[in-house]
Amino acid sequence: MATPGVDRQAVRAAAKRRHERRSTAVAALSTVIVLGGLVALVVTRPGWGQVHELFFNWSVFQDAFPQVLSAFWIDVKLFVIVEACVLVFGLVVALTRTSRHPALAPGRILSLLYVDVFRGIPTILVVYLVGFGVPALTLSGLPTDPVVLGGIALGLSYGAYVAEVYRSGLQTVHPSQRQAALSVGLSHLQSLRFVVLPQAVRNVRAPLLNDFISLQKDVALVAILGPQEAYRVAQILQGEQFNYTPLIAAAMLYLMVTFPLARILDRMNRRDPSRAALAVR
Amino acid sequence: MVPPVIEVRGVTKAYGDQPVLRGIDLRLLEHQAVALIGSSGSGKSTLLRCIDLLEEIDDGDVFLDGEVVTDPSVHPVAVRRKLAMVFQAYNLFPNLSVLDNVALAPIRAHGTPRAQAREEARALLERFGLGGREKDHPDHLSGGQQQRVAIARALATRPRALLLDEVTSALDPELVGEVLAIIRDLKEDGMTMLVATHEMAFARDVADEVCFLHDGAILERGDPERIFSAPEAPETQRFLRRLLDAGRL
Repeated sequence: MATPGVDRQAVRAAAKRRHERRSTAVAALSTVIVLGGLVALVVTRPGWGQVHELFFNWSVFQDAFPQVLSAFWIDVKLFVIVEACVLVFGLVVALTRTSRHPALAPGRILSLLYVDVFRGIPTILVVYLVGFGVPALTLSGLPTDPVVLGGIALGLSYGAYVAEVYRSGLQTVHPSQRQAALSVGLSHLQSLRFVVLPQAVRNVRAPLLNDFISLQKDVALVAILGPQEAYRVAQILQGEQFNYTPLIAAAMLYLMVTFPLARILDRMNRRDPSRAALAVR
Repeated sequence: MVPPVIEVRGVTKAYGDQPVLRGIDLRLLEHQAVALIGSSGSGKSTLLRCIDLLEEIDDGDVFLDGEVVTDPSVHPVAVRRKLAMVFQAYNLFPNLSVLDNVALAPIRAHGTPRAQAREEARALLERFGLGGREKDHPDHLSGGQQQRVAIARALATRPRALLLDEVTSALDPELVGEVLAIIRDLKEDGMTMLVATHEMAFARDVADEVCFLHDGAILERGDPERIFSAPEAPETQRFLRRLLDAGRL
């Protein structure tokens, strides 16, 4: 016996499939036309031959890539260490700034000043000032390695941003949460650690990762202090060979790190935070 | 003579120049339940929060087991550890599982060994019909279930008294009963409690004394039967009539 319900379901499913197929086809076609058009536009310019030779020279690339890659390890190391320090340092600054403890009054002033100053100065200037200024003090005990100094400069600059991200995260947690934590007998510090902070950090995971991506590429700024990291090496090779392809090689390396991070960020933004929390456990 | 578990003497509080409590006196004896009734903004919640030292009072004193707790020399955390509060909006910790919500304070604030605290938390949840939901996160529970978790969380620290702040006001009507049933059971078991509520039938059943708050003062207090059948103050009469007209009595 034919059930009308089943038939209608089948008809609906078929219509849905047709619709999906058409959407896919339209998307593919428009992508090919737009991207193909852009490529064609660039490639057909009279100057393209020269650009191709100067920026996308395969033999230069093959020669430069391994050298740039081995220099890139400095970037990766610097990035990972600075990021770890920034995550901790930014949190300390944010907590100091939001705390109401009277003993931390000077800390509040200092952290406010710190955030305002270091967010206001271009990162490249901070790298310059720390990188050349600190050794000029000729104080014993201060680091003189340009990589370390560059890392400190980046940390100072990004710490200010990350502190503000944490601070906004702390503000997203409703005061009733703190009150509930206090009411069950937790101290202020315990309320912060077990209730407020976990929620605050989860609420700002995405902006934190965004700063993470930003720091990853700004690591190249330490090149101005002289260490032979990827960008610096690429620049040297470019000067030697009168060809810009090594810079393209360096750009690709930075992209290889930021690209997956950007996809993780997208996924985080798509997910409902409470469901994400569930998936984590 | 055994002092009351909670005693409030002449407590006043103002937000700016807006007075919210104007000289409250209250005694809560062991195993007793006192119900605070009155319209929104009459000061019920503020009074409970002041007793739990979540807010500072301007004048007067609060005593817990005969000892003053509103003196500046008393550490509020030590006092809060002896009391427990249940909130209108549950205020469960969304970052923790149901079990961890209940076990957090015993472990961190009272130093109960982790395994023991979790075992006791499990037993409490089981008792409130939440067996099997230990690993869930609070936002996956119904309002009634969340409020039952919140009551379990409050009881986990074995408080001297329970402060209940309109614990059914945020619930859908069909979920109110399951929460009230638990509180009735707790009262049967001899729990001492101070209950701000809009559920008059419940106040009548459970409370040993009903206090009617109006504009930050207790205008009338006494036996629940008497208050509900023959209120004396005109404000109490008006309040009860409004509830009656709304079909809430």
